[in-house]
Amino acid sequence: MGFFLETLLGGLMAGMLYSLVALGFVLIFKASGVFNFAQGAIVLFAALAMARFAEWLGTAGLGPAWVVNLMAFALAAVVMFAVAWLIERLVLRNLVNQEGTTLLMATLGITYFLEGLGQTIFGSDIYKIDIGMPKEPVIAFQDVFEGGILINQEDLIAALIAALLVAALSVFFQKTGTGRALRAVADDHQAAQSIGIPLNRIWVIVWCVAGVVALVAGMIWGSKLGVQFSLATVALRALPVVILGGLTSVPGAIIGGLIIGVGEKLSEVYLGPFVGGGIEIWFAYVLALLFLLVRPQGLFGEKIIDRV
Amino acid sequence: MFYRENGQFKTSYQADQQIFPIVQDRWFILALLLLAFVAVPLLATDYWFSAILIPFVIMAMAAIGVNVLVGYCGQISLGSGAFMAVGAYGAYNFFARVPDMPLIPALILGGLCATVFGVLFGLPSLRVRGLYLAVATLAAQFFADWMFLRIKWFTLDTPSGSVSVSNLQVFGLPIESDVSKYLFCLAVLCVVALMAKNLVRGAIGREWMAIRDMDVAAAVIGIRPMYAKLTAFAVSSFIIGMAGALWAFIYMGSWEPSAFSVNESFRLLFMVIIGGLGSIMGGFLGAAFIILLPIFLNQALPFVAGVVGIEISTTVVSHTELMIFGGLIVWFLIVEPHGLAKLWSIGKQKMRVWPFPY
Repeated sequence: MGFFLETLLGGLMAGMLYSLVALGFVLIFKASGVFNFAQGAIVLFAALAMARFAEWLGTAGLGPAWVVNLMAFALAAVVMFAVAWLIERLVLRNLVNQEGTTLLMATLGITYFLEGLGQTIFGSDIYKIDIGMPKEPVIAFQDVFEGGILINQEDLIAALIAALLVAALSVFFQKTGTGRALRAVADDHQAAQSIGIPLNRIWVIVWCVAGVVALVAGMIWGSKLGVQFSLATVALRALPVVILGGLTSVPGAIIGGLIIGVGEKLSEVYLGPFVGGGIEIWFAYVLALLFLLVRPQGLFGEKIIDRV
Repeated sequence: MFYRENGQFKTSYQADQQIFPIVQDRWFILALLLLAFVAVPLLATDYWFSAILIPFVIMAMAAIGVNVLVGYCGQISLGSGAFMAVGAYGAYNFFARVPDMPLIPALILGGLCATVFGVLFGLPSLRVRGLYLAVATLAAQFFADWMFLRIKWFTLDTPSGSVSVSNLQVFGLPIESDVSKYLFCLAVLCVVALMAKNLVRGAIGREWMAIRDMDVAAAVIGIRPMYAKLTAFAVSSFIIGMAGALWAFIYMGSWEPSAFSVNESFRLLFMVIIGGLGSIMGGFLGAAFIILLPIFLNQALPFVAGVVGIEISTTVVSHTELMIFGGLIVWFLIVEPHGLAKLWSIGKQKMRVWPFPY
């Protein structure tokens, strides 16, 4: 029982990290109808920026570690804003009213571009992000179960940060004027435009928000695994989360992430040994597929209505 | 003026229904075939064969397969790499396990394996569509990656997981030299392209296009969505599977599962989008573009850098290649979202009305 709970908890925390990446997808899809394949590359780009800025500021000797990290985070955020603005300006604005497939391909093009650019500017080695996360695991509930449950503190803090970010995002969306405009655009582009919401500016804002989400995701993943090229493939792990939760739903991204995280871990532990292991990645997709067969729009997606 | 159908009257149904109804087109295709089968083998160098021509021919075939599914039936698929892998390993298993298995039946059986796999992973398309389906087809990709890496039976229990073929021959002729490889792939490509062209202009092709344009409306007028979608998956994955088997057998010779990764799927999708959705010609143009661009960049970049006078390392070159590749794709999608095939038809129209453009 203790082992089962341990796996479950591990899955939940991994799931929280997936939902962070998935959030970026959902935000952009809701507001602009673009299925943003570049989210993984954006995560990599943000993490690279953060890691290198921290390194450069650190060697310049600008104070203690937390000041350096904070400044690096701010600088990386500025870089992400610039990237978001450029993407809107150079790509999306010219592709208004194109089909979903064309937009998907355009974001794949952006993916290649950002992967190349990020590694040209910031280098292509493995970098560290050290934001002072405790590494040693703790053992909890020792009196309830025999041997207790091993909890990775790092994961716990990461999950907390993710939860905080989601809370901040929902406040931003529900309580601020800009957030309301964003929701209006997500509901209906034309109606939003007709009451005077500037679509182009909204798109820039949404890509900026997605950039910041990517930065946080990149920071956490980066401090866990090190900042390297494989970070870009995190997007592929987060895709089943998005379609499971529904492309248009923020809560869906969170809950989908948790389901996928738990499903992956449990399947790897209990099913993996029988079929040779390494089934995590396709199991997530098959799990999402099974859900889709029952609910084609995802768990929380808007109902798809066909009209002839 | 150059290109005009005036005065070409059709007096029989047969003449009306031929693939190339305009006489200029027939001459053009004939010239192209002559060029491909006779002139190219005489003129091309070894480098051209191994780096450009053979990959182009095989990828054009795969792109036609993807185009059947994405361009004609409207089902976005990111699992093409998996279909190639299943075709390759299926053909390999038949070739290696069955004694005295000839090459062509092995390729066809590999294609049939891919068909079964494709239909299986095409089943969700009956419920799910659009971008959800695109992500769902990634399941096929990752499943195939895992299957050929972990289930050792498929790779004949070789410890490293990489397999190879040798002694290829067709009708007693060895396929060893670059020219024979090229001619063999080209012949297969011609047969497949002809088959695909005839399928898409027949009844089944019209059903696919009806499904693509609006599946509910198509169902209303009596097209069975399940039959149409699954046949599209079957035909497409058969062609892609054959292409995968050729890619593995002829182009690579020895390969491992990572040869058919998700990047291959993306590349194939790029080919059909840049070439033009819903056009057999588009498959050829897109494959040429995607094969040639990296080679061109690879050659041109150090040259340009040399002219400007900067010394650049190979990693910088490869990163710059990525950037230019991505940038060009975005630029191309903005300038001509309907692909190269659209440019081709615009050009034909211009030739038709020349010299009076109105």
